[in-house]
Amino acid sequence: MRGRSSPVAAVPNPDSLGPPLVSLRNVRFAYGEREILRGIDLTVHRGQVVAIMGGSGCGKTTLLRMIGGQLRASAGSVEVEGRDLAKMSRGDLYALRRRMGMLFQFGALFTDMSVFDNVAFPLREHTSLPSSMIRDLVLMKLQAVGLRGAARLSPAELSGGMARRVALARAVALDPMLIMYDEPFAGLDPISLGIIGQLIRRLNDALGASSIMVTHDVHESLEIVDYIYFVSDGGIVAQGTPDEIRRSAHPFVQQFIHADADGPVPFHYPVGPIDGLLGEVST
Amino acid sequence: MMSRTTLDLWVGIFVALGFGALVFLAMQVGNFSGLNSSETYRVEAPFDNIGGLKVRAPVKSAGVLVGRVTGIRFDSEVYRAVVDLEIDRRFEFPKDTIATINTAGLLGEQYVGLEPGGDVAMLDDGDRVLITQSAVVLEKLIGQFMFNRAAETPAQ
Amino acid sequence: MNGLAEVLRRIGAMSIDGIWRLGFASRFLVAVLLNSGQALRRLHLTVREVFFSGVLSLLIIIVSGLFVGLVLGLQGYETLQRFGSADALGTLVALSLTRELGPVVAGLLFASRAGSAVTAEIGLMKTTEQLKAMDMMAVDPIARVVAPRFWGGVIAMPLLAAMFSAMGVFGGWLIGVVVIGVDDGAFWSQMQAAVDFRYDIMNGVIKSVVFGFAVSLIAVFEGYDCKPTAEGVSRAITRTVVTSALAILALDFVLTSFMFRGQ
Repeated sequence: MRGRSSPVAAVPNPDSLGPPLVSLRNVRFAYGEREILRGIDLTVHRGQVVAIMGGSGCGKTTLLRMIGGQLRASAGSVEVEGRDLAKMSRGDLYALRRRMGMLFQFGALFTDMSVFDNVAFPLREHTSLPSSMIRDLVLMKLQAVGLRGAARLSPAELSGGMARRVALARAVALDPMLIMYDEPFAGLDPISLGIIGQLIRRLNDALGASSIMVTHDVHESLEIVDYIYFVSDGGIVAQGTPDEIRRSAHPFVQQFIHADADGPVPFHYPVGPIDGLLGEVST
Repeated sequence: MMSRTTLDLWVGIFVALGFGALVFLAMQVGNFSGLNSSETYRVEAPFDNIGGLKVRAPVKSAGVLVGRVTGIRFDSEVYRAVVDLEIDRRFEFPKDTIATINTAGLLGEQYVGLEPGGDVAMLDDGDRVLITQSAVVLEKLIGQFMFNRAAETPAQ
Repeated sequence: MNGLAEVLRRIGAMSIDGIWRLGFASRFLVAVLLNSGQALRRLHLTVREVFFSGVLSLLIIIVSGLFVGLVLGLQGYETLQRFGSADALGTLVALSLTRELGPVVAGLLFASRAGSAVTAEIGLMKTTEQLKAMDMMAVDPIARVVAPRFWGGVIAMPLLAAMFSAMGVFGGWLIGVVVIGVDDGAFWSQMQAAVDFRYDIMNGVIKSVVFGFAVSLIAVFEGYDCKPTAEGVSRAITRTVVTSALAILALDFVLTSFMFRGQ
């Protein structure tokens, strides 16, 4: 089955779970001339772990940045806790961000500080807690991700998986209400993959927080999330709980899950047919 | 990762060295002991011709630096130049001091020379030097020399 | 003919781009100044940057100052003794250094060593998303990362220029008096008579302060504004050194024409 698929009639995230923490309504985003997102409707409820999946360059990281307030939507509204981000002042946005944690793709640890100082950074910047208390908190966070023994190392001495775990400890240092993950599984070995996946779920439940994960790792995500959104061609093409997604017959979902080379996302970069292009073999 | 105290120590040394260099430059290289405005008094000196005198030129007496020229003005009422001199308060000059414009060496820079008179009263801040001698203008000197020569020749 | 039009078009585009960047940099300067409160309140951040920009540049400044002084002494003596004015060597060395060579050469060296390091640091932080991470943690990267580095450079530069000049005078003395045999007393006394604290030395200090502002601004701006790739960072470093050099020389001309008008 080739050709573009029309967006699925949305089965919205059930409001029985209470008012949404994050709510995107008809959000559009254009990068200069290019429109990347055309009318996205998305909700995240408290306590949920939500995954946003799609191919590379489909705009899922852009969605994450919009929720964090780093990018502004061209149209539509992005609301966190019922407040429209576009209408917030810089001070309010910063106040909101203190209650969010973000894990960047490769950790984005501060290279001129030790692991300990990295995790202590948000505590030192935003609280006036005494250093003994900060020390205890940092060690607790590192313990939660299994890296208390690495506290004195510098980021350059860490492996990829370890760096990401430290970044996770830093992201939850202030016990945020919303944790965002940008490709948390990218480039990890299977063991680290499993660890990160488990940590995402456990931390979310332990902190009573909500999590949004941007990823294209289907199988790990299906194990841990509560709800999934599939983004393609600037819109949400499929959404549902992991069970619904596994049972879905939607062509894009099928291609994604079975990792088919060709499907709604074509194999070939758009180009004319090859017949007649190659030179004739003279006999 | 350097501890805070070692770092502070090095920065402290650095800043001290920097200021030390500045002090060295000020003391050994420049003449810092040269006059501050609080220690000087101002005196005016009118001249018919100041020649090549410039602002910041030295004011000397008996060959020793006692002050600086701080201003050169033109008095359009009497068509004379008025030179402002800042003189070190340590040195007092009588009211009948003579101010001359001399040249250092044969073709060097020009400076103001002060020759004290014999008056008991001293020059004060804002006073005017009464007797001045203008700079020697080379062209006039040559012209005078030629005039003298021309005056001599008919006698031959 | 088409090639010429293309060249002209590119020059025009580059000029417009240059002016646009100048405006951008000015707005950036205002942002840095407005956000400097933290850099000054949490002094240890700035002190750390004075260390990295200043203390680590000490070696190159001192050695270069010494060599420049030695050369000045040599060349100066060679020329002066032709007019029988070898005694004026002290004056020549001191005035050249305090008025011009001290601020300018120290500025150029500072831009190459410390300016490029700052650009690289900030550029790499941008490339590895550290600045974005800081922003997401509700810490303004301009206040926390950029401003301390800016002020660290501004503080370090005049001190380095003074040390350069001092070492240069020492170098001139070393070659002139110790090696060649110019009279020691004449060297220092003529120098002290000719060099005025306010006119020569302070003007040199003012120049080095101005250069410090310029180089520091260029360094932090290029780092902050670079393309977040490895190539982008290396391009930004090159731009820092080149733009700083041009800025120093241009500002030197402007300042010199103001300060040393020569009556």
